Amino acid sequence: MEVLDILLTASFWAAAVRIASPLIFATLGELICERAGVLNLGIEGIMVIGAFAGWMAVYLGAGLWAGVLVAMLAGMLFGLLHATLTVPFGLSQHVVGLGVTLLATASASFAYRISLPEVTSPPKITPFQPFAIPYLSEIPLIGPAFFAQTPLTYLAFALIAVVAFTLYRTPLGLALRAAGENPASVEAQGLSVTAIRMGAVIVGSGLMAVGGAFLTMSAFSSFFFEMVNGRGWICIALVVFGAWRPGKAALGALLFAAFDALQVRLQQTPMGAVVPYQVFLMVPYVLSILALILMSRRAEVPAALMVPFNKGER
Amino acid sequence: MAGGEGAEVVLRLDGITKRFGALLANDAISFELRKGEVVALLGENGAGKTTLMNILFGHYTADAGTVEVFGRRLPPGHPRAALAAGVGMVHQHFTLADNMTVLENILLGTGSLLSPRLDTGAARAKVAKLSADFGLAVHPDARVGALSVGERQRVEILKALYRDARILILDEPTAVLTPQETAALFETLRKAVELGLSVIFISHKLNEVMAISSRVLVLRHGRLAGEVATADTDRHRLAEMMVGAEITAPKLAERDPGAPLLTLRRVTTARRGNAPGLAGIDLTLRAGQITGLAGVSGNGQAALADLIGGLDEPASGTMDLTPPHHGDWSPRAALAAGIARIPEDRHRTGTVADFSLTENAVLESYEAAPYSRKGWMDWAAAEGFARKIIDTYDVRCPGPSARIRLLSGGNMQKLILGRALEAGPKIILANQPVRGLDIGAVTFVHGQLIAARDRGAAVLLISEDLDEIMALSDSIHVIYEGRLSPAFPRGTKTPAELGIWMAGQGFDGGADAA
Repeated sequence: MEVLDILLTASFWAAAVRIASPLIFATLGELICERAGVLNLGIEGIMVIGAFAGWMAVYLGAGLWAGVLVAMLAGMLFGLLHATLTVPFGLSQHVVGLGVTLLATASASFAYRISLPEVTSPPKITPFQPFAIPYLSEIPLIGPAFFAQTPLTYLAFALIAVVAFTLYRTPLGLALRAAGENPASVEAQGLSVTAIRMGAVIVGSGLMAVGGAFLTMSAFSSFFFEMVNGRGWICIALVVFGAWRPGKAALGALLFAAFDALQVRLQQTPMGAVVPYQVFLMVPYVLSILALILMSRRAEVPAALMVPFNKGER
Repeated sequence: MAGGEGAEVVLRLDGITKRFGALLANDAISFELRKGEVVALLGENGAGKTTLMNILFGHYTADAGTVEVFGRRLPPGHPRAALAAGVGMVHQHFTLADNMTVLENILLGTGSLLSPRLDTGAARAKVAKLSADFGLAVHPDARVGALSVGERQRVEILKALYRDARILILDEPTAVLTPQETAALFETLRKAVELGLSVIFISHKLNEVMAISSRVLVLRHGRLAGEVATADTDRHRLAEMMVGAEITAPKLAERDPGAPLLTLRRVTTARRGNAPGLAGIDLTLRAGQITGLAGVSGNGQAALADLIGGLDEPASGTMDLTPPHHGDWSPRAALAAGIARIPEDRHRTGTVADFSLTENAVLESYEAAPYSRKGWMDWAAAEGFARKIIDTYDVRCPGPSARIRLLSGGNMQKLILGRALEAGPKIILANQPVRGLDIGAVTFVHGQLIAARDRGAAVLLISEDLDEIMALSDSIHVIYEGRLSPAFPRGTKTPAELGIWMAGQGFDGGADAA
């Protein structure tokens, strides 16, 4: 019954939406990469770099939106590195991705130590503030959950539609999906597979970084080393969960976030006094794995995912 | 045909040369294409036809030579430029994205990538008109992944026509088509020519070349070996130009059947998915005989091949070898018993695509001397073996260390044939040994199988091509739903009579009709 009570509180749903927001950014970013045929395991590190760069920019005096832009550019830079190694050079996407994650994470630590050598606890910035949308935010339950969030959350949800529209309704999306399905079809129609795939990885990485920046600039107000904490890997699973479709993937992000918000609240119930808290921490992951098993059975993987394309090779 | 001598030259290739490593794929090839004609580009597998067209279209960059379309030189290496100049290519391996619709595939790359949305309305109308004009029926909103091979090819052609192609290149377009689909394709090509397009038709099938082309260019070993008006030649002469030598169909000399080497009695095997298993068959393979197995694909041929090749065991009944075999029946046991296999699918089960020729050559024998000793590979010996196969079986390749995926189907098959025959097998299991091969390679493979038979080997020839079965077999069985007809000695049944058996008539209700 405690679960039902929790599910009926607006604060629970508000938390779920808030937790889902960074996942949505990064999941959409990963989805764009994978739809073009490139698995981007740099996601975890790129989120760290985004979290650090956005926060640092604001700490140094930039505006919040300028900070988001800085985070995105930092992510795109690492995306460029990833794309260069995996697309024209055709290196293993697993190895490159993990390398980018290690490099980006380490770069963030390094830059942090260089720029704040004397600081014991990380300085705070003034993050994005919730912005209640008139009238809509007054709807019971749904209003506080969806319409009293920070602007970055609204952006995340708007991006779902933008990415879906781009993928399915524009020439660019067509070329991108074709590059992930059969790059030869792109090449034979006179387009450059290399350009499309690199572009997708760079833009996707930019979104991942914004997902990271959400953590320091909206969810919290400061940067901690462990704050991304595997969210990138969750996003990889969410792309599979969503069968490489933006809407379904975002729904998965929301579902995962709801489990996460639920377990925190369950810990505070009488049950939480008996059951070790680690069990609650496991809940979202266990449920995600179950959902993944159920949902991804009939998923259509982009046929050329992780298959390098070399023009002129037989 | 509308085209001919006086017509406008729409395409001119001049001195095209292309190397892949040590392989000279195209050697200074020059020719012209005129408005309204169908030129056939004829040649064996590996003669350089596809390479030449890939250069023309910009997939490859030539080492030397130029391409002119409507009098303007094409920049090398840019499909976009070729498309813009009016060249459309229908690739042998379709360049379609399966997860998208027909219309989306056609529209891909046609407008600016940055335009905010797809203009499907006008495109839909244009595709409908082209479909009607050229007889290319296909639903624009169907997902390509759900289409048949013939329909996919129509989409490929529509892609080219949608971009207003004036020159159509078709690379082995009929390889994947049924006879009815081929006839429809030819109708389309005739309409295209009437409308003033020019067509390059790549093929190694002589009857199709004779049927559709007005002029034939023959490529051999990367060189232009000849050019002839279709009206002035015939199949036989074209075949000789293609191969560069006189073609004599292998002859089967009379030979008394030898001792039985493999005997199946009332053998059954388990069903496999949709395909039947064996349903109580009796079969004897004798030394010095080619036993042909005719039948429509999917009637138990794979079950029989797997059984003899060691991948399956009888569920009931007996399989006896001479000399007898003891212990588990496995591929390794089959090899040890002197059974050589030419598998049905040379890409999937015959070779490892990214292994070298050397590695592929010793796939069945690497674990024993002379290719390995005390657990160590002797690569020099293995390479020597590969070289021997390359020389003896005329495998055209850059060398023994090349990856086998670089080879054409015919050359790959020659390597498999060499690997099988050099082991001195007593029984040869040849499953579709010449599927997809050109005439030169077919003649070669058949000749080798007959030679092995004359040396005393027992050959089981499985083929869907009745002509092949009838030409090569000392005796013929027909397989139908896992059952086997009686053995028909050579020359005792006409193709029509065998066709009746292949349709399942003649088998009575019992599983042991034979």
